[in-house]
Amino acid sequence: MNEASTTSITTDDSFTSSAGKQLGLYTLYALLGLVAIIYMLSVAAGNTGSNVSGGAVNVERNSITITLREEPPQLDAGRATDASSFVVLAHVMEGLISYDDNDQLIPGVAERWEIREDGATFWLRDDAMWSDGQPVTAHDFEFAWKRVLDPATAAEYSFIMYSIKNAEAINQGDLPKEMLAVTATTDRILDIEFERPTPYFDKLAAFNTYFPLREDFFESTNGRYGSDADMMLYNGPYVVAEWVHGSTMLWTKNPYYWSDEKGFLDEIVTAYITQDVNAKLNLFKDGQIVDTHLVAPMLPTAMEQRWQIDRVMDGSVFFLEFNHREGRISDNLNFRKALQLAQDSSELVYKVLKEASYLPAESLFPVWIQGVEDVFRKEYPAPEHQMNLARAREHLEMARQELDLGEFPPIIFLSGDTPVSLLAAEYYQQLYKQNLGLEIRIDAQIFKQRLAKMTSGDFDIVLAGWSPDYFDALTFGDLFASWNLNNRGRYNSEEMDRHIRIAQSELDPRKRMDAFGEIQRLAYDDVVIIPMYERGWSFVVDPRLKGFKRRSVGPETDYNYAYIDVSGN
Amino acid sequence: MWLYVIKRLLQGIITVWFIATATFFAMHNVPGDPLLNDRAVTEAIRANLEARYGLDQPIGTQYLLYLRNLSRGDFGISFTQENREVNDIIREHFPVSAILGILAVVFAAAGGVLFGALTAIYRNRLPDYIIMFLVILGISVPSFVVAALSQLMLVTLNSAVGTTVLPVAGWGTILHMLVPAMVLGLGTMAYLTRLMRSSMLEVISSDFVRTAKSKGVPPARIFAKHQLRNAILPVITVLGPAIAAITTGGFVVELVFAIPGLGRFFVQAVQQLDYTVIMGTTVFYGAFLVFMVIVVDVLYGFIDPRVRLE
Repeated sequence: MNEASTTSITTDDSFTSSAGKQLGLYTLYALLGLVAIIYMLSVAAGNTGSNVSGGAVNVERNSITITLREEPPQLDAGRATDASSFVVLAHVMEGLISYDDNDQLIPGVAERWEIREDGATFWLRDDAMWSDGQPVTAHDFEFAWKRVLDPATAAEYSFIMYSIKNAEAINQGDLPKEMLAVTATTDRILDIEFERPTPYFDKLAAFNTYFPLREDFFESTNGRYGSDADMMLYNGPYVVAEWVHGSTMLWTKNPYYWSDEKGFLDEIVTAYITQDVNAKLNLFKDGQIVDTHLVAPMLPTAMEQRWQIDRVMDGSVFFLEFNHREGRISDNLNFRKALQLAQDSSELVYKVLKEASYLPAESLFPVWIQGVEDVFRKEYPAPEHQMNLARAREHLEMARQELDLGEFPPIIFLSGDTPVSLLAAEYYQQLYKQNLGLEIRIDAQIFKQRLAKMTSGDFDIVLAGWSPDYFDALTFGDLFASWNLNNRGRYNSEEMDRHIRIAQSELDPRKRMDAFGEIQRLAYDDVVIIPMYERGWSFVVDPRLKGFKRRSVGPETDYNYAYIDVSGN
Repeated sequence: MWLYVIKRLLQGIITVWFIATATFFAMHNVPGDPLLNDRAVTEAIRANLEARYGLDQPIGTQYLLYLRNLSRGDFGISFTQENREVNDIIREHFPVSAILGILAVVFAAAGGVLFGALTAIYRNRLPDYIIMFLVILGISVPSFVVAALSQLMLVTLNSAVGTTVLPVAGWGTILHMLVPAMVLGLGTMAYLTRLMRSSMLEVISSDFVRTAKSKGVPPARIFAKHQLRNAILPVITVLGPAIAAITTGGFVVELVFAIPGLGRFFVQAVQQLDYTVIMGTTVFYGAFLVFMVIVVDVLYGFIDPRVRLE
């Protein structure tokens, strides 16, 4: 062909053009074929997903469209542990007690209750129904709770019931589950005996693990309870009407729900399951979903669009946790003091992380925890902290002498692999190198491996966090009890344990809060942890949707009180 | 011919067994504990969890059990999706990946052949330069960038028109698939274009084309019968593995466009150390890839007259 082109350019051109025409013809065929294939594929796709989305807000159908962070692993309340399942469960189930839109306890299935020193009694309402029309009875709670504590169920949240008499022994396999001191005295009365006084039991009873479960239905699912929409019974304001795994969910109003103060929408469509915050922002911009959270780089866009940006604390506190096991450098108080004095959490939050919704943490207890009458942190201010390099270096020198070290070996700093963790880890690495001359070796690991190393104690400092389970200071307060399995740094102090025992069982609210105050002080004085930040969300909501709530405790997004209002106010 | 197919299938089974074994032992040696979670559990609960997943057995026994279940096509129960069987996960989510993948392959193949032929015919002229520039872009720009950009373009398009022309994300109708499939097929399309171009150029300067020309065969016929048909062979060779790669490699696209495909489960399983899902998806994908290669090899016997299967 090369020789041909030199001999006769004109024929080559005419060849090119006719070949081009032929190619054009083939393209046409290909397009026709493509349309046929697309048609066939779209028919096939009809069986794999149903996108019933009708935009963010559909006034005619009284429905909204939302996203879920991930596919709920399963909706068995007794075994659920993840944020997505908690969101769904909060809308389709109801415990004895629930929360109003102001985070105050309100009656749920129980219309009234009484908490005594040795136990509690709940009186159930007679109009609480399951989604098949049968009444929710005290037996459904008794059955559910015994099942959670049965070691065969292997419920990871079973510890949250340990204040009920015999619960822990049953969960350890030492007693049969029939020994649990929970009795449905009648269909309407549930009696509970405590292992120890539990003045905050009402708050516990609002948690997912305490939700009811009806025995006959559970048995009929043959071990698949909670795995599909028809494998569950519901008693919340909504029911899961459709569940296409990994794709969409449809919640519809539960006609049998007893209260008219929750569940104002006819339909909630979870049309998208994605963690990609950019994709969520695009969906929100396109008017496909009613709310999304924003990360710092998105704020300018949001302001350009003149959206109203709201902020809320997500409830969790992140901190540097020391390894207090014997033989570790981090077991030395002066060493920990040095690290504490050489840092300031506000620098981390304002200069490094730069997330507008984060707060610098100053205490083990976050800012929103309730005290006796006011916010806990107002009644018991966090210990005052001032960065002081001179004192930090003194403490480090004392530590060096106590530990009999020539020079400090590299400090193992265990961290997660998320961008925020890595950013924070690198910040501390540089900070301690600069201020104290310490060499920090960052050990970034995936979630499960970080947990494994935390559990086995293979670290000096770990970047850890804690999020609350129930609306009481104890959800943070007992974290560093010597018996708490989540105390992965194995902090062990008699003084701490003593205060925690008081915080668990003291009936006088003032004395109880005093104990939390002591725990807060001790956590600082003994440098159990170095608080880093309290996480928050910046988020936007479709202006037509009112009553939407992001919570610090409970479901991260709550549509139970949400309703559509197009009046434009 | 049939003997050949059976031989290849047997070889394929051995390959899959090898993949399964390698994955099994590699996975168990990955540091980290699949049963650990945010909230620590007691010894009794842990023992029950281990028993549920058979992790209380010695590793050799676990392996034999695993092979036995595998031969029955049973991948077990997922660690993270606690009430779902891995078979269900594959059955429900692979079709999504497959549909998206087929469409992407169709885009890639049609576009690759078309643009490849075009650049060869118009070599060293403007169409060639433009297309080859785009090909370089298509190969070098990572798919998550293309995916995010195209999604942004969709938002802009929709807000410019004032109604949803093409959905921004999600799954269900053909409109949901078009853009993700194009994004997914883009890299392969670029690769095929280059392949087609070089193979076409080789054919153009070959003896039989010259002979055909000197015999006075009409140019359109030369192009169709002699050039295109011969040049397309290498493209078909890589199409088999490409189908497997595209159908299984859509993780990023699936994530950005919130598509419930299998890729997402595969990647999440690795992050979460979900042993059964890792094993299930790896073996499934491995078998799929092996199968596609065999299919292409057999097809070759029909397409290329020089190949005889024995």
